[in-house]
Amino acid sequence: MTNIPVNAVDVSNLTVKFGDFIAVKNISFSVEKGEIFGFLGANGAGKTTTIRVLCGLLLPTSGKVKVSDVTYDQGIEAIKAKVGYMSQKFTLYNDLSIQENFAFTASLRKIPSDTLKRRTKELLDFIGFSKPMNTLVRDLPGGIKQQVSLAASILHDPEIIFLDEPTAGVTPVARARFWALIKQLAKDGKTIFVTTHYMDEAEQCGRIALMRTGEIIALDGPENLKKTTFPDPIIELNPKGTIPSELIEQLRNNKAVDSIDSYGMKYHLIMKDSQEWNRLSIEIAPFFVIRQIPPSLEDVFIRLVEGVTR
Amino acid sequence: MQQMSIGIKINNIKKKLGLNQALDGVSTHFEEGLLHGLIGPEGAGKTTLLRTLLNLLTPDEGTVQFTNHGADIDYNSIRSSIAYMPQQQSLYADLSISEHLDFFRDLYQIPKDVYLKRREELLHITRLDKFIDRPAGKLSGGMYKKLGLMCALLQSPAAILLDEPTNGVDPISRREFWDLLHRLSKENILIIFATAYMDEAERCDRVHILSTGSLIAEGTPRGVLERENVESYDALFIKRAAEGVL
Repeated sequence: MTNIPVNAVDVSNLTVKFGDFIAVKNISFSVEKGEIFGFLGANGAGKTTTIRVLCGLLLPTSGKVKVSDVTYDQGIEAIKAKVGYMSQKFTLYNDLSIQENFAFTASLRKIPSDTLKRRTKELLDFIGFSKPMNTLVRDLPGGIKQQVSLAASILHDPEIIFLDEPTAGVTPVARARFWALIKQLAKDGKTIFVTTHYMDEAEQCGRIALMRTGEIIALDGPENLKKTTFPDPIIELNPKGTIPSELIEQLRNNKAVDSIDSYGMKYHLIMKDSQEWNRLSIEIAPFFVIRQIPPSLEDVFIRLVEGVTR
Repeated sequence: MQQMSIGIKINNIKKKLGLNQALDGVSTHFEEGLLHGLIGPEGAGKTTLLRTLLNLLTPDEGTVQFTNHGADIDYNSIRSSIAYMPQQQSLYADLSISEHLDFFRDLYQIPKDVYLKRREELLHITRLDKFIDRPAGKLSGGMYKKLGLMCALLQSPAAILLDEPTNGVDPISRREFWDLLHRLSKENILIIFATAYMDEAERCDRVHILSTGSLIAEGTPRGVLERENVESYDALFIKRAAEGVL
């Protein structure tokens, strides 16, 4: 039996309990080497717990976890060596210089000084960093700080890189630059694991797993998720003027309407009975500019996560 | 009870924090009763501007003028009518939702009958009424932010300034939070909402786009996009960067 492609992450029947509370319920999934894998879900869905297990920070209650061919049987330290972790909120110390941050990370990771020197040069070249190494992190602009964070989190050359909402708060230009770096890393065979509430970031992923109350409720590429969740296009209603709130209520209570939600200045309408649309569209035409649009990942997220409770 | 209506005009505000020119000559108008979005990436000057409006920071240059029904008004006469929800909120992990509300009633010295009515109203619109006994430390991210908002709204403010309340909150909770703000906005409250999420621009009545201490665009969400001839606020930043402005 051949073993190609090698999976970077293999999770089978993973369950994590905290006392009586089941944070993760019997989930199974695999991530291929070189994949950019998105991990989405509402706050409290079990994402962080799953990642803590994959980073070697939390023992599973039951089930098997393999991270870059290492299992928990080989010890937590063996898993930790394979993973890097970067969070938008905290990876670097603001009061330390870049040099000091890297030296600190290196000592935590037990990286020999000659390796540190080599990796520092490689990574700073990779992110195109040109400021002096003794610059304090707090003096770096947000976008640069984020790239330096990425460099620090992969100093020990891990196989798998976990990114926690990595580009929230930076300029769209810096975000595009960051994702170019991530894609390069994936191309070089690193596996990228992204958790985010930012649908723009989720769009960049090859596949996305969506979690709800401890379970994976969907797992597919962004485009397929959109297609399977919404076989029909979504109807966008762009108000021509001020819309009476009764009209929206009326639409919401219409039996042929599945849902109507506000999206910024516009509304997204999903029909239950598409036959009825021909009539309805004429009725509301005086109030809205009507367009059929492809669903966004936010539409998918809201539909799948809220779907059952509605 | 109160028919106060607050607007804020600022003129050429400059503020240096350490070596950083956090605000570099910002002039704008926050109109009475509207929902204003202060939109920009980290380091744009959003928090500094909010804190300047609240008189928590004194600007190096420039003026802040409050209005009530169009007439200039002294800040000190209305400061208790302005609520502020900072980025890092001082809620108490061990206190329940109910205890928080009681605590803030004491702080604001709200009469009991007024308090009970307001409390019921807020618990209803935030849909937190089923969770009143849950400690703040055990609330989800979105619920925690809603509790913070409730505490800020307890004194029925005429204006509320919110510093990135939707940061790190999942899309569903974010949407609920915005629905809540739109409800509030109908009560003629001035809302100033700081965010780094560009897509939230579209949910505001007026947007003010900040970058490295300066306003790079402002107006109605649609007006700005049309005037700049771009599809989205992301695209606006990319265009400005290409023009060498950023």
